[in-house]
Amino acid sequence: MGKPILEVEELTFKYDKRLEEETLSAVSFTVNKGEWLAIIGDNGSGKSTLAKLLVGLLEPQKGRICIAGTELTDDSKWEVRRHIGLVFQNPDNQFIGTTVQDDVAFGLENVNMSYEEMVPRVNEALRMVEMSAFCEHDPSRLSGGQKQRVAIAGILALKPSIIVLDESLVMLDPKSRRELLSTLNQLKHKESLTIISITHDMNEAAVSDRIMMMKSGRVLKSGPPAQIFIEEQQLEPPFVERLKRELENKGKEVPKAYTTEEEMVKWLCKSCLMV
Amino acid sequence: MAMQILFDGVTADYQLGPIRSPRVLKSINLEVKPGSFTAIIGHTGSGKSSLLKAMNGLLIPSEGYVEVGNTIIKSSNNKRALKTVRKQVGMVFQFPESQLFGETVEQDICFGPLNFGVPLSQAKEIAKEVVQQVGLDPTILSKSPFSLSGGQKRRVAIAGILAMNPKVLVLDEPGAGLDPVGKKEILNLISSWHHERGLTTLLVTHDMDDVATYAENVIVMENGRIVMHDDKRSVFSNEQQLINWHVDVPDARRFQLKIEQEMGIKFGQVCLTTEELTEALIEVGLV
Repeated sequence: MGKPILEVEELTFKYDKRLEEETLSAVSFTVNKGEWLAIIGDNGSGKSTLAKLLVGLLEPQKGRICIAGTELTDDSKWEVRRHIGLVFQNPDNQFIGTTVQDDVAFGLENVNMSYEEMVPRVNEALRMVEMSAFCEHDPSRLSGGQKQRVAIAGILALKPSIIVLDESLVMLDPKSRRELLSTLNQLKHKESLTIISITHDMNEAAVSDRIMMMKSGRVLKSGPPAQIFIEEQQLEPPFVERLKRELENKGKEVPKAYTTEEEMVKWLCKSCLMV
Repeated sequence: MAMQILFDGVTADYQLGPIRSPRVLKSINLEVKPGSFTAIIGHTGSGKSSLLKAMNGLLIPSEGYVEVGNTIIKSSNNKRALKTVRKQVGMVFQFPESQLFGETVEQDICFGPLNFGVPLSQAKEIAKEVVQQVGLDPTILSKSPFSLSGGQKRRVAIAGILAMNPKVLVLDEPGAGLDPVGKKEILNLISSWHHERGLTTLLVTHDMDDVATYAENVIVMENGRIVMHDDKRSVFSNEQQLINWHVDVPDARRFQLKIEQEMGIKFGQVCLTTEELTEALIEVGLV
Protein backbone atom coordinates (compact mmCIF):
# COMPACT_ATOMS: atom_id res chain seq x y z
CA MET A 1 0.00 0.00 0.00
CA GLY A 2 1.30 3.43 -0.95
CA LYS A 3 1.62 6.67 1.03
CA PRO A 4 -1.35 8.73 2.22
CA ILE A 5 -3.14 10.50 -0.62
CA LEU A 6 -5.94 11.85 1.55
CA GLU A 7 -5.47 13.23 5.04
CA VAL A 8 -8.40 14.48 7.09
CA GLU A 9 -7.73 16.14 10.42
CA GLU A 10 -10.25 17.11 13.10
CA LEU A 11 -12.96 17.91 10.58
CA THR A 12 -15.96 19.61 12.20
CA PHE A 13 -19.07 20.77 10.39
CA LYS A 14 -22.65 21.81 11.05
CA TYR A 15 -25.25 23.00 8.56
CA ASP A 16 -27.00 25.38 10.92
CA LYS A 17 -24.62 27.43 13.02
CA ARG A 18 -27.38 28.27 15.51
CA LEU A 19 -27.65 24.63 16.53
CA GLU A 20 -25.52 22.86 19.12
CA GLU A 21 -25.56 19.58 17.29
CA GLU A 22 -22.68 19.01 14.89
CA THR A 23 -23.16 16.98 11.72
CA LEU A 24 -19.50 16.02 11.87
CA SER A 25 -17.36 16.36 14.96
CA ALA A 26 -13.58 16.03 14.89
CA VAL A 27 -13.38 13.43 12.15
CA SER A 28 -9.81 12.34 11.41
CA PHE A 29 -8.58 9.65 9.05
CA THR A 30 -6.11 9.00 6.25
CA VAL A 31 -6.45 6.99 3.06
CA ASN A 32 -3.44 5.54 1.24
CA LYS A 33 -2.90 5.65 -2.48
CA GLY A 34 -4.54 2.64 -4.10
CA GLU A 35 -6.58 1.81 -1.01
CA TRP A 36 -10.30 0.98 -1.05
CA LEU A 37 -12.04 2.46 1.96
CA ALA A 38 -15.68 1.65 2.63
CA ILE A 39 -17.57 4.07 4.85
CA ILE A 40 -20.61 2.64 6.58
CA GLY A 41 -23.05 4.00 9.14
CA ASP A 42 -26.74 4.69 9.67
CA ASN A 43 -28.67 7.31 7.74
CA GLY A 44 -27.90 10.70 9.20
CA SER A 45 -24.47 9.68 10.53
CA GLY A 46 -22.73 12.28 8.35
CA LYS A 47 -21.40 10.13 5.50
CA SER A 48 -22.73 12.22 2.62
CA THR A 49 -21.76 15.45 4.39
CA LEU A 50 -18.23 14.09 4.65
CA ALA A 51 -18.23 13.29 0.92
CA LYS A 52 -19.27 16.83 0.05
CA LEU A 53 -16.59 18.28 2.31
CA LEU A 54 -13.94 16.11 0.65
CA VAL A 55 -14.55 17.69 -2.75
CA GLY A 56 -14.99 21.20 -1.37
CA LEU A 57 -18.74 21.52 -1.96
CA LEU A 58 -19.09 22.44 1.70
CA GLU A 59 -16.64 24.30 3.87
CA PRO A 60 -15.73 22.90 7.29
CA GLN A 61 -15.94 25.06 10.40
CA LYS A 62 -12.79 23.47 11.76
CA GLY A 63 -10.13 21.05 10.61
CA ARG A 64 -8.28 20.49 7.36
CA ILE A 65 -8.33 18.20 4.33
CA CYS A 66 -5.17 17.42 2.38
CA ILE A 67 -5.43 15.77 -1.02
CA ALA A 68 -2.25 14.60 -2.79
CA GLY A 69 -0.23 16.95 -0.63
CA THR A 70 -2.35 20.06 -1.28
CA GLU A 71 -4.58 21.52 1.40
CA LEU A 72 -8.15 22.01 0.25
CA THR A 73 -9.07 25.69 0.45
CA ASP A 74 -11.36 28.02 -1.46
CA ASP A 75 -8.40 28.95 -3.68
CA SER A 76 -7.02 25.47 -4.22
CA LYS A 77 -10.32 23.63 -4.70
CA TRP A 78 -10.31 23.86 -8.49
CA GLU A 79 -6.85 22.33 -8.61
CA VAL A 80 -7.67 19.71 -5.98
CA ARG A 81 -10.81 18.60 -7.86
CA ARG A 82 -8.60 17.29 -10.64
CA HIS A 83 -7.52 14.62 -8.18
CA ILE A 84 -10.82 13.72 -6.58
CA GLY A 85 -14.21 12.98 -8.14
CA LEU A 86 -17.56 12.49 -6.41
CA VAL A 87 -20.45 10.46 -7.78
CA PHE A 88 -23.70 11.46 -6.10
CA GLN A 89 -26.34 9.14 -4.75
CA ASN A 90 -28.99 10.43 -7.13
CA PRO A 91 -27.52 10.72 -10.65
CA ASP A 92 -30.19 13.23 -11.68
CA ASN A 93 -28.29 15.71 -9.53
CA GLN A 94 -25.32 15.75 -11.86
CA PHE A 95 -26.56 15.54 -15.43
CA ILE A 96 -25.69 18.48 -17.66
CA GLY A 97 -25.44 17.27 -21.25
CA THR A 98 -28.24 16.52 -23.71
CA THR A 99 -26.64 13.27 -24.82
CA VAL A 100 -24.81 10.69 -22.76
CA GLN A 101 -21.48 11.41 -24.50
CA ASP A 102 -21.83 15.18 -24.05
CA ASP A 103 -22.50 14.65 -20.41
CA VAL A 104 -19.41 12.50 -19.92
CA ALA A 105 -17.37 15.06 -21.90
CA PHE A 106 -18.55 17.99 -19.76
CA GLY A 107 -15.96 17.48 -17.03
CA LEU A 108 -13.19 17.20 -19.64
CA GLU A 109 -14.27 20.43 -21.37
CA ASN A 110 -13.98 22.14 -18.01
CA VAL A 111 -10.31 21.22 -17.77
CA ASN A 112 -9.67 22.50 -21.33
CA MET A 113 -8.89 19.15 -22.85
CA SER A 114 -8.39 19.06 -26.63
CA TYR A 115 -11.09 17.38 -28.73
CA GLU A 116 -8.67 14.73 -30.01
CA GLU A 117 -7.82 13.68 -26.49
CA MET A 118 -11.40 13.92 -25.28
CA VAL A 119 -13.00 11.49 -27.71
CA PRO A 120 -11.05 8.37 -26.70
CA ARG A 121 -11.42 9.29 -23.02
CA VAL A 122 -15.20 9.50 -23.32
CA ASN A 123 -15.41 6.30 -25.32
CA GLU A 124 -13.22 4.43 -22.88
CA ALA A 125 -15.21 5.62 -19.85
CA LEU A 126 -18.49 4.59 -21.47
CA ARG A 127 -17.04 1.22 -22.36
CA MET A 128 -15.96 0.63 -18.76
CA VAL A 129 -19.53 1.12 -17.52
CA GLU A 130 -20.96 -0.74 -20.54
CA MET A 131 -22.95 2.20 -21.84
CA SER A 132 -21.26 2.65 -25.24
CA ALA A 133 -24.47 1.66 -27.03
CA PHE A 134 -26.27 4.59 -25.40
CA CYS A 135 -23.82 7.39 -26.27
CA GLU A 136 -26.40 9.32 -28.35
CA HIS A 137 -29.25 8.92 -25.86
CA ASP A 138 -30.73 11.61 -23.65
CA PRO A 139 -29.39 10.91 -20.13
CA SER A 140 -32.57 12.14 -18.42
CA ARG A 141 -34.59 9.43 -20.14
CA LEU A 142 -32.45 6.47 -19.16
CA SER A 143 -33.44 4.06 -16.43
CA GLY A 144 -32.20 4.58 -12.86
CA GLY A 145 -29.37 2.07 -13.15
CA GLN A 146 -28.26 3.35 -16.56
CA LYS A 147 -28.13 6.90 -15.20
CA GLN A 148 -25.88 5.76 -12.38
CA ARG A 149 -23.50 4.18 -14.89
CA VAL A 150 -23.31 7.39 -16.93
CA ALA A 151 -22.67 9.42 -13.78
CA ILE A 152 -19.78 7.10 -12.91
CA ALA A 153 -18.41 7.32 -16.47
CA GLY A 154 -18.40 11.11 -16.17
CA ILE A 155 -16.02 10.84 -13.25
CA LEU A 156 -13.91 7.99 -14.64
CA ALA A 157 -13.27 10.01 -17.83
CA LEU A 158 -11.51 12.60 -15.68
CA LYS A 159 -9.13 9.89 -14.44
CA PRO A 160 -9.07 11.13 -10.86
CA SER A 161 -6.66 9.69 -8.29
CA ILE A 162 -9.53 9.32 -5.85
CA ILE A 163 -13.13 8.42 -6.66
CA VAL A 164 -15.78 8.95 -4.00
CA LEU A 165 -18.94 6.90 -4.51
CA ASP A 166 -21.86 8.07 -2.38
CA GLU A 167 -24.22 5.13 -2.62
CA SER A 168 -23.70 5.36 -6.33
CA LEU A 169 -24.53 1.76 -7.14
CA VAL A 170 -27.89 1.37 -5.41
CA MET A 171 -30.02 1.43 -8.56
CA LEU A 172 -27.98 -1.22 -10.31
CA ASP A 173 -29.05 -4.82 -10.52
CA PRO A 174 -26.76 -7.12 -8.50
CA LYS A 175 -24.93 -8.45 -11.54
CA SER A 176 -24.14 -4.99 -12.95
CA ARG A 177 -23.08 -3.92 -9.48
CA ARG A 178 -20.59 -6.78 -9.23
CA GLU A 179 -19.26 -6.03 -12.72
CA LEU A 180 -18.79 -2.36 -11.98
CA LEU A 181 -17.11 -3.12 -8.67
CA SER A 182 -14.71 -5.46 -10.43
CA THR A 183 -13.98 -2.78 -13.08
CA LEU A 184 -13.15 -0.35 -10.27
CA ASN A 185 -11.02 -2.99 -8.58
CA GLN A 186 -9.02 -3.44 -11.80
CA LEU A 187 -8.42 0.32 -11.99
CA LYS A 188 -7.31 0.22 -8.38
CA HIS A 189 -4.71 -2.43 -9.15
CA LYS A 190 -3.61 -1.16 -12.55
CA GLU A 191 -3.64 2.58 -11.98
CA SER A 192 -3.60 2.77 -8.18
CA LEU A 193 -7.04 4.37 -8.15
CA THR A 194 -8.08 5.19 -4.60
CA ILE A 195 -11.71 4.32 -3.91
CA ILE A 196 -13.86 5.69 -1.12
CA SER A 197 -17.25 4.04 -1.22
CA ILE A 198 -20.08 5.08 1.03
CA THR A 199 -22.41 2.13 1.20
CA HIS A 200 -25.09 0.23 3.06
CA ASP A 201 -24.38 -2.94 1.14
CA MET A 202 -22.29 -5.10 3.47
CA ASN A 203 -21.31 -7.42 0.63
CA GLU A 204 -19.82 -4.35 -1.08
CA ALA A 205 -18.10 -3.25 2.13
CA ALA A 206 -16.72 -6.76 2.60
CA VAL A 207 -14.58 -6.54 -0.55
CA SER A 208 -12.91 -3.27 0.52
CA ASP A 209 -9.46 -3.03 2.13
CA ARG A 210 -10.71 -1.19 5.17
CA ILE A 211 -14.08 -0.27 6.66
CA MET A 212 -14.68 2.96 8.53
CA MET A 213 -17.79 2.98 10.71
CA MET A 214 -19.48 6.30 11.40
CA LYS A 215 -22.07 7.15 14.01
CA SER A 216 -23.62 10.54 14.82
CA GLY A 217 -20.89 12.45 13.01
CA ARG A 218 -17.96 10.60 14.55
CA VAL A 219 -15.68 7.83 13.41
CA LEU A 220 -16.59 4.88 15.60
CA LYS A 221 -13.81 2.60 14.43
CA SER A 222 -11.98 1.46 11.35
CA GLY A 223 -10.26 -1.76 10.37
CA PRO A 224 -10.19 -4.58 7.84
CA PRO A 225 -13.62 -6.12 7.05
CA ALA A 226 -12.72 -9.37 8.83
CA GLN A 227 -12.10 -7.51 12.08
CA ILE A 228 -15.13 -5.20 11.83
CA PHE A 229 -17.64 -7.96 11.11
CA ILE A 230 -16.35 -10.13 13.97
CA GLU A 231 -16.23 -7.27 16.49
CA GLU A 232 -19.47 -5.53 15.55
CA GLN A 233 -22.10 -8.19 16.01
CA GLN A 234 -24.97 -5.72 15.70
CA LEU A 235 -23.95 -4.87 12.11
CA GLU A 236 -25.92 -6.51 9.36
CA PRO A 237 -23.08 -8.86 8.35
CA PRO A 238 -22.29 -10.34 4.91
CA PHE A 239 -24.22 -13.47 4.03
CA VAL A 240 -21.70 -16.08 5.25
CA GLU A 241 -21.46 -14.48 8.70
CA ARG A 242 -25.27 -14.49 8.89
CA LEU A 243 -25.30 -18.19 8.00
CA LYS A 244 -22.68 -18.95 10.66
CA ARG A 245 -24.68 -17.16 13.34
CA GLU A 246 -27.82 -19.02 12.34
CA LEU A 247 -25.98 -22.35 12.55
CA GLU A 248 -24.52 -21.39 15.92
CA ASN A 249 -28.03 -20.64 17.20
CA LYS A 250 -28.96 -24.21 16.33
CA GLY A 251 -26.06 -25.40 18.50
CA LYS A 252 -23.69 -26.24 15.63
CA GLU A 253 -19.92 -25.76 15.51
CA VAL A 254 -18.74 -23.10 13.05
CA PRO A 255 -15.30 -21.63 12.24
CA LYS A 256 -14.43 -18.93 14.79
CA ALA A 257 -12.47 -16.67 12.44
CA TYR A 258 -13.97 -14.53 9.68
CA THR A 259 -14.70 -16.70 6.65
CA THR A 260 -15.17 -15.83 2.99
CA GLU A 261 -17.80 -17.64 0.97
CA GLU A 262 -15.29 -19.98 -0.70
CA GLU A 263 -13.74 -20.86 2.64
CA MET A 264 -17.16 -21.64 4.08
CA VAL A 265 -18.07 -23.93 1.18
CA LYS A 266 -14.75 -25.77 1.64
CA TRP A 267 -15.25 -25.99 5.39
CA LEU A 268 -18.74 -27.43 5.06
CA CYS A 269 -17.67 -29.98 2.48
CA LYS A 270 -14.59 -30.99 4.46
CA SER A 271 -16.49 -31.43 7.71
CA CYS A 272 -18.75 -33.82 5.86
CA LEU A 273 -15.88 -35.90 4.49
CA MET A 274 -14.43 -36.35 7.97
CA VAL A 275 -17.63 -37.94 9.30
CA MET B 1 -61.69 -5.39 -1.23
CA ALA B 2 -58.30 -6.06 -2.71
CA MET B 3 -57.92 -5.10 -6.33
CA GLN B 4 -56.96 -7.00 -9.40
CA ILE B 5 -54.67 -5.55 -12.03
CA LEU B 6 -54.91 -6.68 -15.62
CA PHE B 7 -52.72 -5.83 -18.64
CA ASP B 8 -54.02 -6.76 -22.08
CA GLY B 9 -51.55 -6.40 -24.96
CA VAL B 10 -50.01 -3.25 -23.48
CA THR B 11 -47.40 -1.48 -25.57
CA ALA B 12 -46.10 1.88 -24.43
CA ASP B 13 -43.35 4.44 -24.92
CA TYR B 14 -42.48 7.86 -23.58
CA GLN B 15 -43.95 10.13 -26.18
CA LEU B 16 -42.78 13.70 -26.07
CA GLY B 17 -44.22 15.89 -28.80
CA PRO B 18 -43.19 14.48 -32.16
CA ILE B 19 -40.28 12.50 -30.68
CA ARG B 20 -41.03 8.91 -29.80
CA SER B 21 -38.61 6.95 -27.71
CA PRO B 22 -38.11 3.21 -28.30
CA ARG B 23 -40.96 1.17 -26.91
CA VAL B 24 -40.37 0.52 -23.22
CA LEU B 25 -43.22 -1.97 -22.81
CA LYS B 26 -43.90 -4.49 -25.56
CA SER B 27 -47.28 -6.30 -25.79
CA ILE B 28 -47.56 -7.08 -22.12
CA ASN B 29 -50.22 -9.44 -20.84
CA LEU B 30 -50.38 -9.69 -17.10
CA GLU B 31 -52.79 -10.65 -14.37
CA VAL B 32 -51.94 -9.64 -10.82
CA LYS B 33 -54.20 -11.41 -8.34
CA PRO B 34 -56.01 -9.27 -5.76
CA GLY B 35 -54.19 -9.27 -2.42
CA SER B 36 -50.95 -10.70 -3.79
CA PHE B 37 -47.43 -9.44 -3.05
CA THR B 38 -45.38 -9.44 -6.25
CA ALA B 39 -41.73 -8.52 -6.76
CA ILE B 40 -40.59 -7.20 -10.14
CA ILE B 41 -36.97 -7.95 -11.03
CA GLY B 42 -34.76 -7.59 -14.09
CA HIS B 43 -31.70 -5.93 -15.58
CA THR B 44 -31.42 -2.11 -15.49
CA GLY B 45 -33.51 -0.67 -18.32
CA SER B 46 -35.68 -3.76 -18.72
CA GLY B 47 -38.89 -1.80 -18.12
CA LYS B 48 -39.61 -2.39 -14.43
CA SER B 49 -40.29 1.24 -13.51
CA SER B 50 -42.34 1.70 -16.70
CA LEU B 51 -44.52 -1.27 -15.78
CA LEU B 52 -45.29 0.38 -12.44
CA LYS B 53 -46.05 3.73 -14.09
CA ALA B 54 -48.51 2.03 -16.42
CA MET B 55 -50.42 0.87 -13.34
CA ASN B 56 -51.25 4.34 -12.17
CA GLY B 57 -51.72 6.10 -15.45
CA LEU B 58 -48.40 7.93 -15.55
CA LEU B 59 -47.58 5.97 -18.67
CA ILE B 60 -50.55 5.50 -21.00
CA PRO B 61 -50.58 2.47 -23.29
CA SER B 62 -50.33 3.29 -27.00
CA GLU B 63 -51.85 -0.12 -27.70
CA GLY B 64 -53.88 -2.40 -25.41
CA TYR B 65 -55.29 -1.45 -22.02
CA VAL B 66 -54.64 -1.69 -18.28
CA GLU B 67 -57.49 -2.50 -15.92
CA VAL B 68 -57.18 -1.58 -12.24
CA GLY B 69 -60.20 -2.78 -10.29
CA ASN B 70 -63.07 -1.53 -12.46
CA THR B 71 -61.20 1.32 -14.12
CA ILE B 72 -59.70 1.00 -17.56
CA ILE B 73 -56.61 2.95 -18.68
CA LYS B 74 -56.16 3.21 -22.45
CA SER B 75 -55.00 5.81 -24.94
CA SER B 76 -58.50 6.98 -25.95
CA ASN B 77 -59.56 7.61 -22.33
CA ASN B 78 -60.46 10.96 -20.93
CA LYS B 79 -57.52 12.01 -18.72
CA ARG B 80 -59.97 12.72 -15.89
CA ALA B 81 -60.74 9.03 -15.50
CA LEU B 82 -57.17 8.66 -14.31
CA LYS B 83 -58.03 10.37 -11.05
CA THR B 84 -59.95 7.30 -9.88
CA VAL B 85 -56.94 5.12 -10.61
CA ARG B 86 -54.49 7.42 -8.87
CA LYS B 87 -56.65 7.48 -5.77
CA GLN B 88 -56.54 3.72 -5.60
CA VAL B 89 -52.96 3.12 -6.65
CA GLY B 90 -50.39 4.65 -4.33
CA MET B 91 -47.02 4.94 -5.99
CA VAL B 92 -43.66 5.39 -4.30
CA PHE B 93 -41.04 6.49 -6.84
CA GLN B 94 -37.36 5.75 -7.10
CA PHE B 95 -35.88 8.35 -4.78
CA PRO B 96 -39.26 9.17 -3.22
CA GLU B 97 -37.64 12.14 -1.50
CA SER B 98 -37.94 13.89 -4.87
CA GLN B 99 -41.73 13.71 -4.41
CA LEU B 100 -41.49 16.06 -1.44
CA PHE B 101 -42.43 19.69 -1.96
CA GLY B 102 -44.37 21.00 1.07
CA GLU B 103 -43.18 23.73 3.41
CA THR B 104 -43.70 21.41 6.33
CA VAL B 105 -43.84 17.66 6.65
CA GLU B 106 -47.49 17.95 7.69
CA GLN B 107 -48.42 19.92 4.55
CA ASP B 108 -46.63 17.40 2.43
CA ILE B 109 -48.40 14.39 3.91
CA CYS B 110 -51.81 16.13 3.87
CA PHE B 111 -51.53 17.02 0.18
CA GLY B 112 -52.76 13.65 -1.12
CA PRO B 113 -55.78 13.25 1.16
CA LEU B 114 -56.81 16.93 0.66
CA ASN B 115 -56.68 16.46 -3.10
CA PHE B 116 -59.06 13.58 -2.85
CA GLY B 117 -61.54 15.55 -0.74
CA VAL B 118 -60.64 14.73 2.86
CA PRO B 119 -61.34 17.70 5.21
CA LEU B 120 -58.25 19.46 6.60
CA SER B 121 -58.77 18.50 10.25
CA GLN B 122 -59.11 14.86 9.33
CA ALA B 123 -56.10 15.01 7.00
CA LYS B 124 -54.02 16.36 9.89
CA GLU B 125 -55.17 13.46 12.06
CA ILE B 126 -54.14 11.04 9.34
CA ALA B 127 -50.75 12.75 9.00
CA LYS B 128 -50.08 12.35 12.71
CA GLU B 129 -51.00 8.68 12.55
CA VAL B 130 -48.98 7.71 9.47
CA VAL B 131 -45.89 9.64 10.50
CA GLN B 132 -45.69 7.46 13.60
CA GLN B 133 -46.35 4.34 11.59
CA VAL B 134 -43.27 4.99 9.46
CA GLY B 135 -41.24 5.31 12.66
CA LEU B 136 -40.89 9.08 12.93
CA ASP B 137 -41.60 11.32 15.88
CA PRO B 138 -44.74 13.52 15.49
CA THR B 139 -42.62 16.62 16.29
CA ILE B 140 -41.20 16.25 12.78
CA LEU B 141 -44.55 17.40 11.32
CA SER B 142 -43.71 21.07 11.79
CA LYS B 143 -40.24 20.78 10.20
CA SER B 144 -39.35 21.43 6.59
CA PRO B 145 -39.01 18.14 4.71
CA PHE B 146 -35.81 19.43 3.11
CA SER B 147 -34.01 19.71 6.45
CA LEU B 148 -34.30 15.97 7.03
CA SER B 149 -31.72 13.25 6.33
CA GLY B 150 -32.13 10.93 3.34
CA GLY B 151 -33.68 8.14 5.37
CA GLN B 152 -36.12 10.47 7.09
CA LYS B 153 -37.20 12.02 3.78
CA ARG B 154 -37.84 8.55 2.44
CA ARG B 155 -40.11 7.79 5.37
CA VAL B 156 -42.02 11.04 4.97
CA ALA B 157 -42.58 10.33 1.27
CA ILE B 158 -43.88 6.86 2.05
CA ALA B 159 -46.09 8.29 4.81
CA GLY B 160 -47.59 10.65 2.21
CA ILE B 161 -48.64 7.68 0.10
CA LEU B 162 -49.98 5.67 3.03
CA ALA B 163 -52.07 8.69 4.05
CA MET B 164 -54.07 8.30 0.84
CA ASN B 165 -55.12 4.86 1.99
CA PRO B 166 -54.55 3.22 -1.41
CA LYS B 167 -55.88 -0.20 -2.38
CA VAL B 168 -52.87 -0.95 -4.51
CA LEU B 169 -49.33 -0.10 -3.47
CA VAL B 170 -46.61 0.09 -6.11
CA LEU B 171 -43.08 0.74 -4.91
CA ASP B 172 -39.99 1.42 -6.99
CA GLU B 173 -36.97 0.36 -4.92
CA PRO B 174 -38.20 1.85 -1.65
CA GLY B 175 -35.13 0.57 0.23
CA ALA B 176 -32.37 1.91 -2.07
CA GLY B 177 -29.99 4.14 -0.14
CA LEU B 178 -31.33 3.29 3.32
CA ASP B 179 -29.17 1.69 5.98
CA PRO B 180 -29.88 -2.03 6.50
CA VAL B 181 -31.87 -1.46 9.68
CA GLY B 182 -33.91 1.37 8.17
CA LYS B 183 -34.54 -0.65 5.04
CA LYS B 184 -35.77 -3.62 7.02
CA GLU B 185 -38.10 -1.36 9.01
CA ILE B 186 -39.58 0.19 5.87
CA LEU B 187 -40.11 -3.18 4.20
CA ASN B 188 -41.57 -4.72 7.35
CA LEU B 189 -43.94 -1.78 7.55
CA ILE B 190 -45.00 -2.23 3.94
CA SER B 191 -45.42 -5.94 4.50
CA SER B 192 -47.65 -5.46 7.53
CA TRP B 193 -49.75 -2.83 5.70
CA HIS B 194 -50.10 -5.30 2.87
CA HIS B 195 -51.44 -8.01 5.15
CA GLU B 196 -53.57 -5.90 7.51
CA ARG B 197 -55.27 -3.85 4.81
CA GLY B 198 -55.49 -6.57 2.18
CA LEU B 199 -53.56 -4.51 -0.37
CA THR B 200 -52.33 -5.62 -3.74
CA THR B 201 -48.61 -4.80 -3.59
CA LEU B 202 -45.97 -4.63 -6.31
CA LEU B 203 -42.34 -4.00 -5.46
CA VAL B 204 -39.45 -3.30 -7.82
CA THR B 205 -36.19 -4.35 -6.22
CA HIS B 206 -32.67 -5.47 -7.01
CA ASP B 207 -32.25 -7.16 -3.67
CA MET B 208 -33.07 -10.82 -4.16
CA ASP B 209 -33.07 -11.38 -0.42
CA ASP B 210 -35.96 -8.94 -0.14
CA VAL B 211 -37.76 -10.87 -2.83
CA ALA B 212 -37.17 -14.07 -0.86
CA THR B 213 -38.35 -12.51 2.41
CA TYR B 214 -41.37 -10.44 1.41
CA ALA B 215 -42.81 -11.43 -1.96
CA GLU B 216 -45.05 -14.35 -2.92
CA ASN B 217 -44.77 -14.04 -6.68
CA VAL B 218 -42.04 -12.78 -8.99
CA ILE B 219 -42.23 -11.05 -12.35
CA VAL B 220 -39.00 -11.17 -14.36
CA MET B 221 -38.64 -8.46 -17.01
CA GLU B 222 -36.25 -8.40 -19.92
CA ASN B 223 -36.15 -5.84 -22.71
CA GLY B 224 -39.67 -4.49 -22.19
CA ARG B 225 -41.31 -7.89 -21.89
CA ILE B 226 -42.41 -10.11 -19.04
CA VAL B 227 -40.42 -13.29 -19.46
CA MET B 228 -41.58 -15.05 -16.31
CA HIS B 229 -44.37 -14.66 -13.76
CA ASP B 230 -44.59 -17.39 -11.17
CA ASP B 231 -44.32 -18.05 -7.45
CA LYS B 232 -40.88 -17.21 -6.10
CA ARG B 233 -39.65 -20.72 -5.45
CA SER B 234 -40.30 -21.83 -9.03
CA VAL B 235 -38.61 -18.72 -10.38
CA PHE B 236 -35.44 -19.20 -8.34
CA SER B 237 -35.23 -22.94 -9.02
CA ASN B 238 -34.58 -22.11 -12.67
CA GLU B 239 -31.06 -20.73 -12.27
CA GLN B 240 -29.90 -21.36 -15.86
CA GLN B 241 -32.74 -19.24 -17.29
CA LEU B 242 -32.11 -16.51 -14.72
CA ILE B 243 -28.50 -16.13 -15.87
CA ASN B 244 -29.74 -15.43 -19.41
CA TRP B 245 -32.02 -12.72 -18.07
CA HIS B 246 -29.18 -11.15 -16.02
CA VAL B 247 -31.03 -11.90 -12.80
CA ASP B 248 -29.41 -13.04 -9.57
CA VAL B 249 -30.64 -15.57 -7.05
CA PRO B 250 -30.85 -14.88 -3.28
CA ASP B 251 -27.62 -15.36 -1.32
CA ALA B 252 -28.88 -18.54 0.32
CA ARG B 253 -29.81 -20.11 -3.02
CA ARG B 254 -26.47 -19.13 -4.54
CA PHE B 255 -24.64 -20.73 -1.62
CA GLN B 256 -26.80 -23.82 -1.89
CA LEU B 257 -25.88 -24.19 -5.57
CA LYS B 258 -22.16 -23.92 -4.72
CA ILE B 259 -22.41 -26.64 -2.08
CA GLU B 260 -24.48 -28.86 -4.36
CA GLN B 261 -21.90 -28.52 -7.08
CA GLU B 262 -18.93 -29.13 -4.76
CA MET B 263 -20.52 -32.19 -3.15
CA GLY B 264 -22.32 -33.53 -6.21
CA ILE B 265 -25.62 -33.76 -4.31
CA LYS B 266 -29.04 -32.10 -4.51
CA PHE B 267 -30.89 -30.73 -1.50
CA GLY B 268 -34.54 -31.63 -1.04
CA GLN B 269 -35.79 -28.09 -1.61
CA VAL B 270 -34.90 -24.71 -3.07
CA CYS B 271 -33.59 -22.62 -0.14
CA LEU B 272 -34.36 -18.90 -0.35
CA THR B 273 -33.48 -17.63 3.12
CA THR B 274 -30.63 -18.18 5.58
CA GLU B 275 -33.06 -19.99 7.89
CA GLU B 276 -34.12 -22.45 5.18
CA LEU B 277 -30.51 -23.04 4.20
CA THR B 278 -29.53 -23.71 7.83
CA GLU B 279 -32.30 -26.31 8.15
CA ALA B 280 -31.28 -27.93 4.87
CA LEU B 281 -27.58 -28.08 5.83
CA ILE B 282 -28.49 -29.78 9.09
CA GLU B 283 -30.86 -32.14 7.33
CA VAL B 284 -28.27 -33.41 4.84
CA GLY B 285 -25.77 -33.71 7.71
CA LEU B 286 -23.16 -31.19 6.53
CA VAL B 287 -22.87 -29.69 10.01
